[in-house]
Formats: sequence, structure tokens, C-alpha cells
Amino acid sequence: MDPGLRRDDNGVAAGRAIAMIYVIEQVLNGAQFGVMLFLMAAGLTLIFGIMNVINLAHGSLYMVGAYVAAAVFGATGSFLIGLAAALAAAIVVGIALEVTLFRTLYARDHLDQVLATFGLILFFNEIVRILFGATALYMRVPDFLNGRVEILPGAPYPTYRLAIIAVGLAVALLLYLLIARTRIGMLIRAGASNRVMLGALGVNVTLLYTAVFALGAALAALAGVMAGPIFTVESGMGESVLISAFVVIVIGGIGSIRGAFVAALLVGIVDATGRAYLRPLLALFTSRAAADSAGPALASMLIYILMAAVLFVRPQGLFPPRGR
Amino acid sequence: MLEVTGLDAGYGDGRVLFGVDLAVGAGEVVTLLGRNGMGKTTTLSSVMGIVRAQAGTIRLDGAPIQHLPPYRIARLGLGLVPEGRQIFPNLSVHENLVATASGAGRWTIDSVLGLFPALRERLASLGGLLSGGEQQMLAIGRALMTNPRLLLLDEATEGLAPRIRAEIWRVLASLKESGQAILVVDKNIAPLLRLADRHYILERGRTVWSGSSAELAAAPDLQQRYLGV
Repeated sequence: MDPGLRRDDNGVAAGRAIAMIYVIEQVLNGAQFGVMLFLMAAGLTLIFGIMNVINLAHGSLYMVGAYVAAAVFGATGSFLIGLAAALAAAIVVGIALEVTLFRTLYARDHLDQVLATFGLILFFNEIVRILFGATALYMRVPDFLNGRVEILPGAPYPTYRLAIIAVGLAVALLLYLLIARTRIGMLIRAGASNRVMLGALGVNVTLLYTAVFALGAALAALAGVMAGPIFTVESGMGESVLISAFVVIVIGGIGSIRGAFVAALLVGIVDATGRAYLRPLLALFTSRAAADSAGPALASMLIYILMAAVLFVRPQGLFPPRGR
Repeated sequence: MLEVTGLDAGYGDGRVLFGVDLAVGAGEVVTLLGRNGMGKTTTLSSVMGIVRAQAGTIRLDGAPIQHLPPYRIARLGLGLVPEGRQIFPNLSVHENLVATASGAGRWTIDSVLGLFPALRERLASLGGLLSGGEQQMLAIGRALMTNPRLLLLDEATEGLAPRIRAEIWRVLASLKESGQAILVVDKNIAPLLRLADRHYILERGRTVWSGSSAELAAAPDLQQRYLGV
């Protein structure tokens, strides 16, 4: 046998294995971004679907979570204490916002809600600058998650990112069980279809709304905490993820947790693989320079193209809530 | 049990009720009669706290309730079966029954399904997929699951097939027999004369007549004048 041929075969096989590992890594990166988007989108879709409120300040709760976790983790050295503090802070801020502002916004039109909650974004961005300074906070990966796991032989993947996927999937499952199987879930769904009737049957809808808002705030903060070591903890960090989360709830069907979950993973994976493969893909058909300039631009537009395509086929989103 | 005196109520600046008086005693079945737009639904909505009373008093067991939010009024023992059923379409039949159920009392999922056997086969169906008759049974069952002392039914048989109407009247008669107090709005005078103890007629937001079934049955001119019968 020609030894050169064998070497070539081995080279091709190794090349294929590396390509496959790269694909898996990109899908995992997409899933990790997707579950974080899901945590944001779940709260957003509940609040929008049930209370009919557009909350642009949902990204601010994500930011509050990241800042409080970074500060407390930095001060105590314990990631878990930082996480608990972030969730508690977001719940307190969420309840305070619901009681003082959102209760007056429920009956107002969407434009008023957009203006008021856009004002909140400016307020929160400024307040974190005052409290924590204009420079970004550094948040390191906690020691117990700092490492790599070999997902395939020769393919290590950061433990922290895998943990994010695991936590996101666990929260998605818990949220599904809460909404589909518990009495409070029934009340949340009933409130989405007819809150006046729900009140007339003895349910304190005001309290229910506050609880849902607090839950949404906690989920956003959890996303913010998990994002801390990956992205920069800085003023205004919530806005870009908020826009993606809105794309997710529109694709998934507004008010649907299941839709938010599927759409979040879809958006995450399309975004990650688009960023990885669009440029080399374009290079097959165009000049390298054109691919270099068009690829990244097109990749950042990909989730909006996806949204347009989904809405074209299913104007109510992939999983519109049933029977509303 | 329920006592409404001089009730004024309306929507926004518009007033619909101008001094409505009515009372329902324990175990009594009372009707609220009148043509469309005379204020029957607004009266029930005011009693439930959904529409705010602008003047007058609404008392339950002697205590004023007109300042309370609807959920507090419901918890005091008022169960509403609203006009148009308003069951939760995105919840299953079982969920519609248990979501707002109150733990204490004789009404459980089993006793409600005993009253409406037709619902037993549809327990897993979404409320929005039921027929009008099944939805009305579900709306009554849902209100009973809160174990109310007084059941309020708005347009109890409106838009239902004759067979379903008969079923609803049968159920209401059995509820009365068991001592359930009921305030009912409907346009079918004949079954109401058989079922109810007393009647109130509303005309343009005012109580213009009240009396027993025997008195109403003996006054065809009253029925023609106020009820268009």
C-alpha cells in the first residue's frame, strides 16, 4: 500500500473529526446563548402575555442581577452567595416596580408602556453608573465550574458553559411543571384569558400579577448572573439581550413558555452557527474580501431574517397559546 | 343574606342603575327580570364588585360589601355564573373546575360531575372546545366549586338548545332543594315561575315591581308591560 495515501486518508479523517467537533462546539455555544435568552424571554412572555404589558426594562433586571452578583461575589468570594443576592435583589426591585409603576400601566396603551419602561432603562443605566462606576465590573468564573469537560475525545468544552445549559434546561423544566401542572400555573393561564372573571371567582389577581412579575425578574436576574463571567458587566448590557429576547417571544408565540423555549434554542443556535459558518459559506460563492465584509453583517441579521420567515409562515408565532 | 338598597351604578360617566332594591334570603331562589338593557347584568356586576356602586348599599349578612374588591366578595360566599359563560378557554374542563375551587364545603369535583355527568367525559378537553351547553354546565360547576352561599346566574339558559335548557332548570331545582340560595337572571318566565320564590322586575335601572311567583303569574299585564311576554 502506498504509505502516502494512508497519510492522506488519516489527514482527511482528522480534518472531518475537527470539523465535526467545531460543529458540536458551535451548537453548544448556540444552546448556551439560547437558554440564557429563554430565561429572559420566559419572564417577558409571561408579563406580556398575561398582563399585556410591554416591559422594555426587563433587560434592566438582567443587568441588576449581573451587577449584584458581580459585586457580592467579588466581596464574599462565594458565587452562590452572589447568585442568591442577585435573585433576591431582582425580586425586590421587580416587586417595587410592579407595585409603584406597572399597576398604573396595565390599563394604559402600549405606547405609554413603552415610554415609561424606556424611561426605566435610562434610570437603571444611570443608577448603576452612580453606584458601581462607569467602568465595567469583572466577574470571574467560579472555581467549582472553572475547567473543561471532554465532550468527545479530544474536544474539551468549558464546564461553565455546560453548566449554563444544564441550569437553563432545569429551569425550563421547572417552569413547564409550574405552568402546566400546578394550581398557580392554572391561575396564571386563566388570568391570561380573563382576569375579571378570575377575580370574581375569588382570586386576588393583583397579588398574582405581582408574583408573576417577581418570577420574571428572578429569571432575568438568573440570566444576568450566568452572563456575568462570559459577557461584560456594564451599564446598558441588558438592551442587546432584550431585543433578542423580544425576537424569541415573537417567534415562539407571545404568551407561550413552550414557544419561548423552542424559539430561544432556535435563535441561539442560528445565531452561533451563522456567525461561525456564514463567512466561509459566502467565500465559496464570492471573493474573500466580499465574504469578509458581508458575512459578519449578514450573521448579525440572521435572527431577524429567521423571525421574518417564521412570521411569514405562522403570523402568530410557532406555538401561540391555545384557546385564548 | 344579600340586601341591596338604593343602588346606583354605571360605566364611566354613564349611569345605568338608579336606586335598585332587592334582597335574597338564605335558601331562597330570587329572579331579576326585565328587558335587555334594563340593568340586570350591571346589578349582578355591582353585587360582585366588578362594577363600582356609586351610591346605595350592598350588604351581605348585614355587613356592607360595596367597597370590597371582587375577590374578597367572592370569598365571602358569592359565586358568579356570568353572562356568556366566560369559562377559561385555554384551561381544560378539569382545570376550570379546580383552579378557583375553595377547599371547604360540600362541592367537590366528584359532586359537581355527579350533577353534570356530561362533563365527566370532557374532563381533559379545553374549555374553549366545549359546546354552549357544556360551557354553561362548566360555568355553573366552576361557581359551585367555590362553595358559594349565594349563586348568581346571569342569563342562565340564553342561547341554549331546549334539551340543555331543561337540564339547567333541573339542576337549579335540585340545587334549590338542597338549600342553595340563588339569584337568577333569565328571560324564560315559565320555568322561573316554577323555580323561584320571589321576583324583581327592573325597568330602566329601577326596581319597579317585586312579588311572589303566584303574584307574577296572576299579572299577565305586568309581564306584557315590563317583560314583553
